[in-house]
Amino acid sequence: MGIKIGEKSFFPRVEEGIKDEGMRKAVRSAQDRLRSMKLRATDELGHWEDWRLLGEQIRKHTVENLDYYLYQLSENIEKNGGHVFFAKTAKEAREYVQKVVQQKKATKAVKSKSMVTEEISLNNALNEIGCEVLETDLAEFILQTDDHDEPSHIVVPCLHKDREKIRQVFKEKLGYEGTSKPEEMAGFVREQLRHKFFEADIGITGCNFAVAESGSFAIVANEGNERLTTTLPKTLITVMGMERIVPTWEELDIVVSLLCRSAVGQKLTSYITLFTEPGGRSTGDGPEEFHLVIVDNGRSNMLGTEFQSTLHCIRCASCINVCPIYRHIGGHAYGSIYPGPIGAVLTPWLADYKEYKDLPYASSLCGACTEACPVKIPLHELLIKHRRKIVEDENLAPFPEKMAMMAFTVAAKSPKMFQYGSKLAPTLLFPFTNKQDHTIHEGPGPIKPWTEIRDLPAPAKETFHKWYQRQQEERTNGDL
Amino acid sequence: MKVSIFITCIVDVMYPKVGKDMMEILQRLGCEVDFPAAQTCCGQPAFNSGYHKDTKDLAKHMIQVFEDSDYVVAPSGSCTLMVHDYHNLFSAPEDEEWREKAKRLAEKTYELTQFIVDILGVEDVGAELHGTATMHRSCHMTRLLNIKEPPTKLLSHVKGLEMVPLPHNYDCCGFGGTFSVKMVPISEQMVDEKVHHIEGTGANLLIGADCSCLMNIQGRMSRLGNQMRVMHIAEVLNHREGSDQTWESK
Repeated sequence: MGIKIGEKSFFPRVEEGIKDEGMRKAVRSAQDRLRSMKLRATDELGHWEDWRLLGEQIRKHTVENLDYYLYQLSENIEKNGGHVFFAKTAKEAREYVQKVVQQKKATKAVKSKSMVTEEISLNNALNEIGCEVLETDLAEFILQTDDHDEPSHIVVPCLHKDREKIRQVFKEKLGYEGTSKPEEMAGFVREQLRHKFFEADIGITGCNFAVAESGSFAIVANEGNERLTTTLPKTLITVMGMERIVPTWEELDIVVSLLCRSAVGQKLTSYITLFTEPGGRSTGDGPEEFHLVIVDNGRSNMLGTEFQSTLHCIRCASCINVCPIYRHIGGHAYGSIYPGPIGAVLTPWLADYKEYKDLPYASSLCGACTEACPVKIPLHELLIKHRRKIVEDENLAPFPEKMAMMAFTVAAKSPKMFQYGSKLAPTLLFPFTNKQDHTIHEGPGPIKPWTEIRDLPAPAKETFHKWYQRQQEERTNGDL
Repeated sequence: MKVSIFITCIVDVMYPKVGKDMMEILQRLGCEVDFPAAQTCCGQPAFNSGYHKDTKDLAKHMIQVFEDSDYVVAPSGSCTLMVHDYHNLFSAPEDEEWREKAKRLAEKTYELTQFIVDILGVEDVGAELHGTATMHRSCHMTRLLNIKEPPTKLLSHVKGLEMVPLPHNYDCCGFGGTFSVKMVPISEQMVDEKVHHIEGTGANLLIGADCSCLMNIQGRMSRLGNQMRVMHIAEVLNHREGSDQTWESK
């Protein structure tokens, strides 16, 4: 799948999203629920702003010293009997995993949810070499069953489907005959999955955080599938984004608290599992072999730039859960497996500016994302920085916009020209003004898109500037 | 107290009455009001669209215009925020002098309701307006400048005015500057949801502190055939019994 999902460009995708009433209803209700659950959970914790500050400091420190902690992590993993591979690109990551799978002559793999494996298109790579990969997270299982539908959210990948839609998918693809009760459907999936865990040669997981000091890795989840994935198959492969690391267990405690409360409004999730020595050397059970694949895939390009704080992200999706744009267009419209505000910031870095030049503009800069971020990433400011790069460095702005902005700024730099322009506005717009209600229903030039959906008030006959000047003159004349 | 008013470009061209009302309120509260006529636009449309080199020159102009002012007050949270953000344009080492000047301007620049409540220490400006109203909280002002209480405090003292809460008041109305014309289909969905929530309150008046958001909401309501009364908070605070002027009556 890779970062890019679908072939259509941004606006046709937006149109598709807006037309999909079922998806929009599901997104609206999920957003409202997740938002209020988060607020309750953070209120309960108290001093939320202090927690955010601490979260920001931890992430900033870690990312600033990423080389040190990655080295420490890899040393410790190897000391514990695991193998570490640093993948510069998605291709390198895929090839490494393919190599391990081929060495094991594996034909079946079970997977627990992982966005980074979506990013590097791992499932396709394994299918290519004859290894069947089964998604065992309920939401990912649904998507896989529904002809490999794409994730539309980074925490709740099938947020765009309501339970009735899911029942239909199960009915059509798996012959399910039960109701749309979540418990019943989950029970059905559990039956489907249970024996697959025993058959699998390989287990594949993502990693919420790796702990450098002990060489452990943590998975935060609400289903038991990840425990089975990491316990039953003889070989375990964990794939992590290079920034998903914390120095010690102490910081882990804090970022996990921030993650659970921000993502789903829970104090803790049902399972927070930490693996150290996954080789099972001390306990005698668990996988015999462990591989950690640390993926760069464009992340290190952000280091040392004004976008470095993007790497602070703990993938809680709270920015997505409050974003009014996401609310109306849904995740697929972004054309990236990372949707919403964080997706709009991250995707142009991981993929291509040209391909994703519309994403940074898919924001009204309302700042809801920045306010929601538990580690204080200034998301809306980063979107403005992307826009600057698009206009000034990449030269990708549309020509008419460039001309309009140039005219505007030239005029605004000169008080005389600015006032002349303001004075001229009513005359220029007079032919387009409805005389009854003093509004413009169909405007020319740059006003046209505004009036496609709204009326525009006609400019006042006298600007404030002019009125003030007249007042001053009248006063002076009166005094004389 | 000497106060320079910063009349935003939308107020200057579209809603001059809001500027006059703001001026009268400040004068009534004992301020000596001055309007530096060389002022133009804060440059936010260019800045938010990515044209930072051009915005830098605009910012320099505005910094010079208000250099000698004690206080600068604007009837808009959004434009106030832009002035507060000017210093980010001067991040290069050689721009230090301008960066400092920009910071000095930011320190003395206030949004109108914030200035009245926090600086003048006034919550009751003696206004009277009869009706049931709901308030749209603009994102830049509420969320990014963190001005939450002042408008509410001032409106709670307006005689005859009953305020009703607006559900989902934390959601953007879909204006977002150039967003409203660049991303029309998305903006349309956002403003429609906002209008739906406003209509659901049963209020007969919508109040806001930013003309741009109000222009978006009112423009959409007008297109949908809803002629609900819309007022900028300066008009409400300058309203008296018997006077029935709104920003539409120019």
